[in-house]
Amino acid sequence: MSSIIHYLWLIPAVPFAASLIILSLPNTRRRSAAALAVAGQVAALALSIVACLPTLQTNGFRAVQNFTWFTFGDNALRLGFVLDPLAAAMLLMITVVGLCIFIFSIGYMAEDRNFVRFFAYLSFFSGAMLGVVIANSLLLLFIFWELVGLASYLLIGFWIERLSAAAAAKKAFITTRIGDMGFFLGMLWLYNRSGTLLFYDHGKGCLESAGLAMLGASATFIAVLIFFGAVGKSGQFPLHVWLPDAMEGPTPVSALIHAATMVAAGVFLVARVYPLFSLGAVNGVTSSLIVVVWIGVTTALMAALIAIAQADIKRILAYSTVSQLGLMMVSLGVGGVAAGIMHVLAHGFFKALLFLGSGSVIHGCHGEQDIRKMGGLRRFMPVTFVTYAMGMMALSGVPFFFSGGWTKEEILHAVGHWPPSRAPYYLMFAGVVLTALYMTRQIIYVFFGNPRLSVEHPHESPRVMTMPLIMLALGAILLSLVLTPAWPWLHGFLTGESVHFDLASLIQPMLFISLVLVGAGIALGIWMYRKAGAQDRDRPAGIDPLEYGQPGLFRFLANKMWIDELYAHTVIAFSWMAARVSDWLDRNFWDGLVRGFGAIGQVFAMFTSGVDERGINAGVDASTVGARGLGRLMSAAHSGQIQIYLGVVAIGMLALLLLYAWLA
Amino acid sequence: MIPTLQAFLIVSAALFSIGLLAALSRRHAIFILIGIELMLAAANLNFIAFWRFAPQAHQPTGVMFAIFSIAISAAEAAVGLAMIIAVYRHYHTTNVDQLDQLKG
Repeated sequence: MSSIIHYLWLIPAVPFAASLIILSLPNTRRRSAAALAVAGQVAALALSIVACLPTLQTNGFRAVQNFTWFTFGDNALRLGFVLDPLAAAMLLMITVVGLCIFIFSIGYMAEDRNFVRFFAYLSFFSGAMLGVVIANSLLLLFIFWELVGLASYLLIGFWIERLSAAAAAKKAFITTRIGDMGFFLGMLWLYNRSGTLLFYDHGKGCLESAGLAMLGASATFIAVLIFFGAVGKSGQFPLHVWLPDAMEGPTPVSALIHAATMVAAGVFLVARVYPLFSLGAVNGVTSSLIVVVWIGVTTALMAALIAIAQADIKRILAYSTVSQLGLMMVSLGVGGVAAGIMHVLAHGFFKALLFLGSGSVIHGCHGEQDIRKMGGLRRFMPVTFVTYAMGMMALSGVPFFFSGGWTKEEILHAVGHWPPSRAPYYLMFAGVVLTALYMTRQIIYVFFGNPRLSVEHPHESPRVMTMPLIMLALGAILLSLVLTPAWPWLHGFLTGESVHFDLASLIQPMLFISLVLVGAGIALGIWMYRKAGAQDRDRPAGIDPLEYGQPGLFRFLANKMWIDELYAHTVIAFSWMAARVSDWLDRNFWDGLVRGFGAIGQVFAMFTSGVDERGINAGVDASTVGARGLGRLMSAAHSGQIQIYLGVVAIGMLALLLLYAWLA
Repeated sequence: MIPTLQAFLIVSAALFSIGLLAALSRRHAIFILIGIELMLAAANLNFIAFWRFAPQAHQPTGVMFAIFSIAISAAEAAVGLAMIIAVYRHYHTTNVDQLDQLKG
C-alpha cells in the first residue's frame, strides 16, 4: 500500500483551487487564466500518474481512505476516497483528454470576451469530474455528480446572450435532475437497508459481501433507481433529449463534457456499483442488468438512426455519443464490465478528438456548422483532416490500429454470449454498420467533394489547436496497443487477471465479423453519399441522398423521431398545467387566507383604535382641562404685588399664633 | 408707679399692628420700609420689656438682643433703600402696585 491514498483528495482539489483563483481574475488577464487552468490540469495529471503507479504493481489493488463528515447521535456519516484500477484508468483518461482540450480552448476561445470565465468553469468541471471517479461513498459521488451537472449547465449556457444556449442549459440540467431523483431515491434505500453508503470499508462497505447480504431483493430496485441517474447523465433513452441540444455550448465544452467525461460518468457509475447490479446473478444475468441491456440497445440503435439524417456537424457527433453510450451500457449489462470501461476510455480519446476536429473545422470555416455548406476541406485543412479521419476510423471500429475497433470487438463478443437473448447481438451488428455509415457520410460531406463554403476561404487552424488533435490521435492509436486481444493488458489491469502475449488469439471469428460489418458500413456510406453535396441525376445539390430516396423516413429521423415534441405535449404540458393550477391556488386560495387573517387583525385594530380615541384620549383631554383650570386658579394667586404677598404672610403668621395659643 | 409687663406688651403689640398696617396698605415703597422699622421697633420693645421684668435683671441679655436687632434693622433698612433706588432707576416709579412683573 502506498501513501498516495492519503493525498488522493488533492487530485480534484487542485483544479478546484485553480478555478477559484481564476474566478478572482479580471477579464484582461487571459494568459494568467489559461496558464493557471493548464497548470492545474497538469498537476492533476501528474498526481494521477503517481496514483496509478501502485495500482500497476499488484493485481486487484484497492486502497481506501475514509473519514467521518459529521456524527449525529450514535451514527456517523462517513465519506471516503478509493483508488483501484477502475479509478486510476478513469483518472488518467480524464486528465489527459482534459489537458488536450484545455490547450485547444486557448486557441478556440481566443476571440471570446469571456475567456477567463471559460477557463474558470472548465477547471471547476475538471475538479468535479475527478472527484466523481475517486469517491468511495455513494453520497460523495452524488455530491460531485451534482457539481459536474452544475458545471455542465454553466458551460452549455456559456454564451449567455444566446436564448437557445440558455434554454439548452436549462433543459440539460432539468433532464439530468430527473435522473438524479432516481439516483437519490436509490441512495436512500441503500442507506436504509445496509446502513452505510461507503463502497469499501474493510468489509463493512455496501459493495462488500456483508453489506450486500443485507439487501436481499431490494438490490434490484436500488440498482434500477441508481441506473436511472446514469440514464439521465449518460443520455440514455428516454432522458437523451438534452445531449443534442447541449451542442449550443462551445465546442471544447462539447468535447470535454458531452463526449469524453461527464457522459461517461453514468457508465462509470454503473461499473462502480456493479456488485449491486449483479447480486444474485444466474448465469451472469439479473433483472436490473436486463433493464440496462435493453435501454442501452434501444438508445444505441435509435441514436444511430437519427444521426444519419442530421445536418449539423456537432449534432451528428452528439447522437453518435448517445449511441456509443448505449453500446457501453449494453456491454456492462451483459457482464463485459472491463470491455465497457475500455470502450469508455477509448471513446473518451477519439470522441474528444472528433469534437475538437469539428471545432477546428468550424473555426476554419468561420463559424459555419452545416455540413451541407462545407466540402472539400481536406485540401485546406490537412492536419485536421488526417486526425479527423483517424478519429472516424476509431469510432467506426476499424480494427488493428485503432482502439475503438478492439473495444467494439470485445463488446460484441460479450454480447454474443448473453444467455437470455441473441437479439441485442444482431441489433448491435446493425448499430456498428450504422455507425460506420453516418461517420462516412459526415467525412464525405465535410472533407471530400466540391467546396461549397459561401464565405471566404477556409483555413487550417493554428498550432495551438492542431497540436491537441495530434496528441489525441496518437493517444487513440497507442491505446490500441494495450487493447488488442493479443496482449489484453488493459483488460487484465481492470479485472485483476494476469495476461500474456499471444498473437494467436488475434485470429478469432469476432474479428472477421467486425471487419465485415465495418467494411460494409463504410462501403455503403461511400456508395450512398459519394455524390453528396453535388447534383446527381435528378437530385438537386442541396438535398441529402437519403432524403431524396426516402423523404418520409428522412423527415422522421431528421426531426429526432419527434421525441422532443412528444415530451413537450405530454410531460411539459402537464408541468405547465400543474404550474398554472398552483399559481391559481397561490393567488386566490392561500393569498385569500392570508388576507382573511389580515382582515381579522384589521377588526381588532379598529376596535382598539376606537377605545383609544374615545376612551383614553377623552380621559387625557379631560385631565388636561382640569390641570389647566387648576393652573389658572393658582396663577391667580400670583398677583405680582408685594403687599398681597406680605398680607398672606401676616395672615399665616396670625393663624399660627392662634394655633399655638389654642394648643398650649 | 411702674407699669406692669402687660402694659409694655400691649404697647408693643399696638406698635407692631400699626407697623403692619403701614406695610400692607401704603403704596409708596419707603412707607413700607417705615412700617417694617416700626415692626422691628415693636419687637425691640418686647425684648426690653421681658428683660426688665425677668428675675435676673442684671444680665444684659435683653439689651444685647435689642442692640443686635437695631444693628440688623439698620443694615436691612440700608439694603431696602438700595433696592428701592435700583428699582426706581429701572422702573421710574416707587409705587409698588406697579411692580407686578412677577405676576403669573
